[in-house]
Amino acid sequence: MSTRVMPFRGSVTSREQVSVYEFSWPAIILIPLIAVLMQIFIPVKVRFLPIISLPFLVTIFFATARRNPISGCLTGCFIGLLQDLFAGYNHPLGMYGISLTVVGFLASSLGVKIDVDNPGSRFLITFGFFGVEEAVYYGVAHGLLRQAVQWNWSHLAISALANAIIGIFVFRFLDRFKER
Amino acid sequence: MDTFIGRYRNLIVLAAILFAQIIGLAVQVRRPTDEGDTRLIRIWAISAVTPLEKSVVHSQEWVQNLWTSYVYLHGVRRENRELHAEIARMKIEDARLNEDALMARRVQALLGFKEQYVDSTVAAQIIGTSGSDQSRALYIDKGSEDGIKTDMAVITPTGIVGKIVQVAPEWSQVLPINDQFSGVGAALKDSRLQGILKGTPNGATTLQYIMSDETVKPGEDVITSGGDRIFPKGLPIGKVVSVAPGKDLFLNIRVIPSARLDQLEEVLVVTKITEKMPDTKDLGPLRASDILAERLPGIPDKTSVDAAGNAKPETPGAPGTTAAANPATPGHPTISVMKPATGASTPAPSAGTTPHAGTTGAATTGVAKPKPAGTTATGSRPANAGHPVVPTPPNNRAETPSEAPQQHVKSAPESAPAAPVEPQSTPPAGGPPQ
Repeated sequence: MSTRVMPFRGSVTSREQVSVYEFSWPAIILIPLIAVLMQIFIPVKVRFLPIISLPFLVTIFFATARRNPISGCLTGCFIGLLQDLFAGYNHPLGMYGISLTVVGFLASSLGVKIDVDNPGSRFLITFGFFGVEEAVYYGVAHGLLRQAVQWNWSHLAISALANAIIGIFVFRFLDRFKER
Repeated sequence: MDTFIGRYRNLIVLAAILFAQIIGLAVQVRRPTDEGDTRLIRIWAISAVTPLEKSVVHSQEWVQNLWTSYVYLHGVRRENRELHAEIARMKIEDARLNEDALMARRVQALLGFKEQYVDSTVAAQIIGTSGSDQSRALYIDKGSEDGIKTDMAVITPTGIVGKIVQVAPEWSQVLPINDQFSGVGAALKDSRLQGILKGTPNGATTLQYIMSDETVKPGEDVITSGGDRIFPKGLPIGKVVSVAPGKDLFLNIRVIPSARLDQLEEVLVVTKITEKMPDTKDLGPLRASDILAERLPGIPDKTSVDAAGNAKPETPGAPGTTAAANPATPGHPTISVMKPATGASTPAPSAGTTPHAGTTGAATTGVAKPKPAGTTATGSRPANAGHPVVPTPPNNRAETPSEAPQQHVKSAPESAPAAPVEPQSTPPAGGPPQ
């Protein structure tokens, strides 16, 4: 409902304070749900969409906007498990949950320290954390579950770049749901 | 404490959420193994406690070994003398047994038998149990990294223990023979009756599917029949302790295992069994009739003896096939070749692979379950219908000793070339474990 102001701790920006945004409950529930559903259904028609990970972008957005690591964890966990629910018969619940939990925690922790409201920082954060998400997912699938997954650097770079670019526009759209 | 939690609150929450999700993953995910899928959390849980159990067991063994091998040596010298004397006695016994074994191999070769040999074993230690009354499962400290696979036999020098049912890289789970889900192809050593040894919920073992018209005496040895394709034929299982009428025309035979299943510490896992024909290259071209002529003084009456002294069958054209057993001569291996019973059009598998009367059904180990009486064609001996081979001890068989040889002689020329046969003598044990 409101915008709180919290001081930067060890800020690398020149600003003294940064805004902490909050969201309405319908936005908190519906935005991830819609993102996951779009991620599921749209690739049937748009072949390249699987490169874009809308649940990941939404996780980054909520985590950086709230700037609270616990909240970032829970948001990532919720969105990741939601994505897991639809991820297929043989896909165990928790694989995306774990990776997005880590991403949510790290993104919100980073959001406390740097300004994440401008497009440049959003591009870099999205690009970097996409690699983190893929690495955690690979670790869970390959290390814990012994699943046959492959690590492809070129595919990772292209996907990270695409998500970073699309993320700028998605974040600008989602900024409308911030409550001040 | 509050300061610590407050300081690391974010990390604690992150760890808790990740831990919960990892546990959730482990509950859902099943890792494919040889025997099926196993939940990951079960593998993790056992793998987590296995090193601890191993260290406890190995420490105990080390201390015990230190005591018995280096400290407590009272009476060792006297025991050594006794053992030397025992070895000398056993060498003499061994020479006699070797002679008998040579003869048995020649007979087997003539009858086309395959022998089962325990080629290699892996020694393992018991490191845990199921901890439940509902299951008698044991955990051993050897797994797939040591070549263990499911359905391998687990034995001790005194008797069989069970079979491997689950394998992980560093541990395996054993289903002992007294578990209620266990089943082992078994035979009574003297009467050669075959059945299935099953465990009971209270941990006892019973020999099932022996017809109630058979005679079984307490104290009789029970050995593996080889019918389950897991345990080699002839390994000791235990002794009959009680016999009582059971339900459905079968006897209720209680067996006490030879291996002390409640005090096991080390076991052997049979990792390789080979079936091979006995090597008779250096034994000379002996025939069954030759051996019988040598062993049975009554047989030469019906045979002619050549110049070399070898006995020959009286009927020409059926070499080595018409030798009929003399059931009145105990202690000698006898050979009987008989036409399959009426209705037994399906040839039996190799010797010892078929339970007493069985063709259908399967226990947990895949042992064929015998049909009840009345399903066979002959009616007089329902338990043996379907058996092309009738190894017939005279005391508890329907045929009289005087009838059996006539039947054998009559049917031998017709059936001998193709019909599998089985010796009446003690089967060639599946070789000593190595």
